[in-house]
Amino acid sequence: MDFETVIGLEVHAQMLTDTKIFCSCSTKFGGTPNSHTCPVCLGMPGVLPVLNKKVVEYAMKMALATNCEINKSCEFARKNYFYPDLPKGYQISQYAYPIAEHGYVLLDVNGEQKKIGITRIHMEEDAGKLIHDEHNPVSYVDLNRTGVPLIEIVSEPDMRSPEEAADYLKRLHEILVYLEICDGNMEEGSFRCDANVSIRPRGQKEFGTRTELKNMNSFRNVQRALEYEIKRQQYLVENGGTVVQETRLWDDAQGATNSMRSKEEAHDYRYFPDPDLVPILVDDAWVEKIKADLPELPLAKRERFVNEYQIPAYDAGVLTADKTLALYYEEVVKLCGKPKVASNWLMGDVMRFLNEDKRSIRECPIKTESLAEMIKLIDEGAISGKMAKEVVEDMYKTGKSPQDIIKEKGLVQITDEGELIKTITSIIEANQAQAAEYRSGKEKVFGFFVGQVMKATKGKANPQLVNELLKKMLAG
Amino acid sequence: MKISTREVEYVAHLARLEITEGEKEKFTSQLNDILLYIDKLNELETQGVEPMSHAIGVTNAFREDKVIDSIGTEQSLINAPDARGEFFRVPKVID
Repeated sequence: MDFETVIGLEVHAQMLTDTKIFCSCSTKFGGTPNSHTCPVCLGMPGVLPVLNKKVVEYAMKMALATNCEINKSCEFARKNYFYPDLPKGYQISQYAYPIAEHGYVLLDVNGEQKKIGITRIHMEEDAGKLIHDEHNPVSYVDLNRTGVPLIEIVSEPDMRSPEEAADYLKRLHEILVYLEICDGNMEEGSFRCDANVSIRPRGQKEFGTRTELKNMNSFRNVQRALEYEIKRQQYLVENGGTVVQETRLWDDAQGATNSMRSKEEAHDYRYFPDPDLVPILVDDAWVEKIKADLPELPLAKRERFVNEYQIPAYDAGVLTADKTLALYYEEVVKLCGKPKVASNWLMGDVMRFLNEDKRSIRECPIKTESLAEMIKLIDEGAISGKMAKEVVEDMYKTGKSPQDIIKEKGLVQITDEGELIKTITSIIEANQAQAAEYRSGKEKVFGFFVGQVMKATKGKANPQLVNELLKKMLAG
Repeated sequence: MKISTREVEYVAHLARLEITEGEKEKFTSQLNDILLYIDKLNELETQGVEPMSHAIGVTNAFREDKVIDSIGTEQSLINAPDARGEFFRVPKVID
């Protein structure tokens, strides 16, 4: 049977604020357990939460960047459930009136633009961390993360393959990092994703029964988990079984999803407006102020790179995937005026070195001035492309300027005609027989002469100049 | 009846409350009265009235994003029924 996959994603992004959403405790990762806590985030009786204004502004930024409508009025609600990582017995979240709704993100699917709808964006607090004892029937609770601000971005079930889902996630991630409202660290949990997935016979309108996948901490794992789950559901349906609506955990080592089973009763969170937190009203002036503050977003930057620098869309995609990389590239281009050449060196050699060392562009030892200077030197003929390969590697290793490296290694290209003519004359004299062969029409011999010149000059001769001079001089 | 004993049991379970048979009956009857009273409010014409979630007219109560020293691990754990080292300790939970 031919099945169609339907995927919707829920993304939790930790906001890059200094303090928690409802109290002034630090949000720093990795402090002594339970040291970033106070009566508010510990859930002591009688305390009052006060909303961090920056969280609202960050949520608004994301809303605008994903084409959402910002609601003029929104409020917080209590989501009630018992779990030890949630000291109050409820999570403060948004329910009926979220901060923003009805947005979309554009994907490039097989060369065509596809809109992935965003149902809503809401603000909420994170829960604490549990560590389970391996030997005794106890768990340890660290409430440092309790109350750390999150936004949840809920997509429409608009994705039709695991690739599309991974692509959508990458776009969201990119936007969050560009906006500088989330550090995007998936391993530390600053960017988390749950996936709802179902299958249906192609052509059928109704959705199939979905399962919810959790515990995927990388883009690759999201894609792998979805691929596995789709296969599992197809196998079930094709063999007369039915998909059960449930939550399943991705097991990375096993490469499989497993049912969480235990929760036999349906969730009943009994949401109601939190009386401790007053409604938030957002007027047009506030929205305009946030809008004016938005940086150039990845998609716009990509289009500008293609138009302004005349580089392929592929290059523009790679260079804008990271805001700092894009900035680095633009500086190099400004300094050397060679956009395509700069893109080649950056995407080729420089990024290869960085990837090999698992470094980001922020840690790149090559200064933008140095890379630009090197490109200029190639353009001026001072060094050959082959020499530049050596130079760029040295620049990466030592952080030195190309001029210094060229001087140290004696890499200067011979562009002095007089010197080359002398060399070529003596080579032709020493190889009269080959010269005669060339003149009689055996053009293959030309390569022999190029080789001899290069050998004599230790590869430092400007190849273009050598070609020119040899042609002239061999012709007699 | 607006509410059944079964629903009272369900709500009690969600709140992790243990109640006796007698209490079940008592609460069913009391909750029933409350719901009947709410029904009275439903008789009011509310067409065109914005839903209200708060009784006071205050909006946009914000705090600046400035860190204030926390009370520290020791103080945080001081009232805990059970703790070990820097952690609260609870019966094992696996979801």
